[in-house]
Amino acid sequence: MTTPMVKFDNVTKRYGSLTVLDSLNLEIAANEKVAIIGPSGSGKTTVLRMLMTLERINDGVIHVDGEPMTHMERNGALVPADERHLRRVRGNIGMVFQHFNLFPHMSALKNCMEAPIHVLGMPRREAEERAAELLDMVGLGDKKNHYPSQLSGGQQQRVAIARALAMRPKVMLFDEVTSALDPELVGEVLQVIRKLAKEHSLTMLMVTHQMGFAREFADRVCFFHSGKIAEQGAPDKIFNDPQEERTRQFLSAVLEAG
Amino acid sequence: MQLRPLAICAIVFFTAGLAIASFANFREFIPGLLQGAWITVQITIGGCIVAVIAALLAAIAKMYGPAPLRWLAVAYIELFRGTSALVQLFWLFFVLPHFGIVLEPMSVAIAALGLNVGAYGAEVVRGAITAVPRGQWEASVALNMPRKLALRRIILPQAFAAMIPPWGNLFIELLKATALVSLITISDLAFKAQQMNQTTFRTVEIFSIVLVMYLAISIVITVGMRTLETFAARGMARGR
Repeated sequence: MTTPMVKFDNVTKRYGSLTVLDSLNLEIAANEKVAIIGPSGSGKTTVLRMLMTLERINDGVIHVDGEPMTHMERNGALVPADERHLRRVRGNIGMVFQHFNLFPHMSALKNCMEAPIHVLGMPRREAEERAAELLDMVGLGDKKNHYPSQLSGGQQQRVAIARALAMRPKVMLFDEVTSALDPELVGEVLQVIRKLAKEHSLTMLMVTHQMGFAREFADRVCFFHSGKIAEQGAPDKIFNDPQEERTRQFLSAVLEAG
Repeated sequence: MQLRPLAICAIVFFTAGLAIASFANFREFIPGLLQGAWITVQITIGGCIVAVIAALLAAIAKMYGPAPLRWLAVAYIELFRGTSALVQLFWLFFVLPHFGIVLEPMSVAIAALGLNVGAYGAEVVRGAITAVPRGQWEASVALNMPRKLALRRIILPQAFAAMIPPWGNLFIELLKATALVSLITISDLAFKAQQMNQTTFRTVEIFSIVLVMYLAISIVITVGMRTLETFAARGMARGR
């Protein structure tokens, strides 16, 4: 078997006495598209935040592309990673946030050029060309010089996707990327993600409440409940024939809400 | 409701009438007072620059520095906020020479007032940095930026916009505090006024002109800061 692109190995996350994720084991193959669903508080966003190193883990190891990320080897033993090691491995991962988190003092184009220039050391010219290409790809070629405050939520989120892609990640994380959008703007963002899934060989992890999209987009759906994966499998299986009572309850509640 | 504008008009006309009545030859004082005002402006500008630099360094050291730097920053802030500007001025001017350090009066004035206001400014800077939404740090991590780069390119530019109005207040405080430097032999605006008053006894004219000059400088500061604020906020609504 090939090495998984992402591997959670017995990962536990606690906030004080509250266990958010309980010995999580999850392997994601290169190029696989995984949708994470579940009730709020089930730990699904925490999975992405730990993978992006926004949260420290309390126990276990996360591997990325065959290499431990949260830890590094020293004298044959695994010790917690230092900042340098984190930065090196983290470069494989990009993330899109629920609230976009664009840099408000930079135009759309500058948002997409900032990290390639200052982190990857890309020449300005090249970074600008690439940023323009990516903005074209998300359908915002004509809004390059707009500031985030001049863009709609859907447009901002598409800039955020372009910005993450500019770093050439192998793994892309989407954290409820349509939850903060007005309903009529959800479609344009999902359209971009669909296109991305089709045209790029990217490993994608998506926390979402859009069941219809999860079904069409994902190779695998993971249903989280109380910090554990309660059930996982192909979308057809999860949505048409869930085995667990908790999954059935959740799905009927979500589908009823429309 | 109509009372307030009326009252203001009455006061203005009364003062103006009084002034015109007694201002027979007020022009003769202006060149001397302008000399003093120029010194005051120089100290204000120099002090503001020192204050901003000191505040930025102290705030960043206090928030992100290693332990010794952090202590140093806290010590600086507490020392200069907790003692009077006059004592700081005297200390630098009269005490340091006992340790073999002799400074120009102007340098002392700029350093003392700048450091004094900088100590307050450090809290302004810290507040503005803290007010930048957490999502901006998280986006920087997601783009794999080192902390220093994120602070310099992402967080500070946004914090600057938020810290301009409180800095306007501090700059005006600094302007007013410059009157203290007349006590360390500098002939600033306040010193010139005192001096002229003692030789001519034309108190009303002299101190009215001085009042207007201080007001004019502070209005320049206010307008300048407001312009800077509009400029900094251009194209930038609130970030998340």
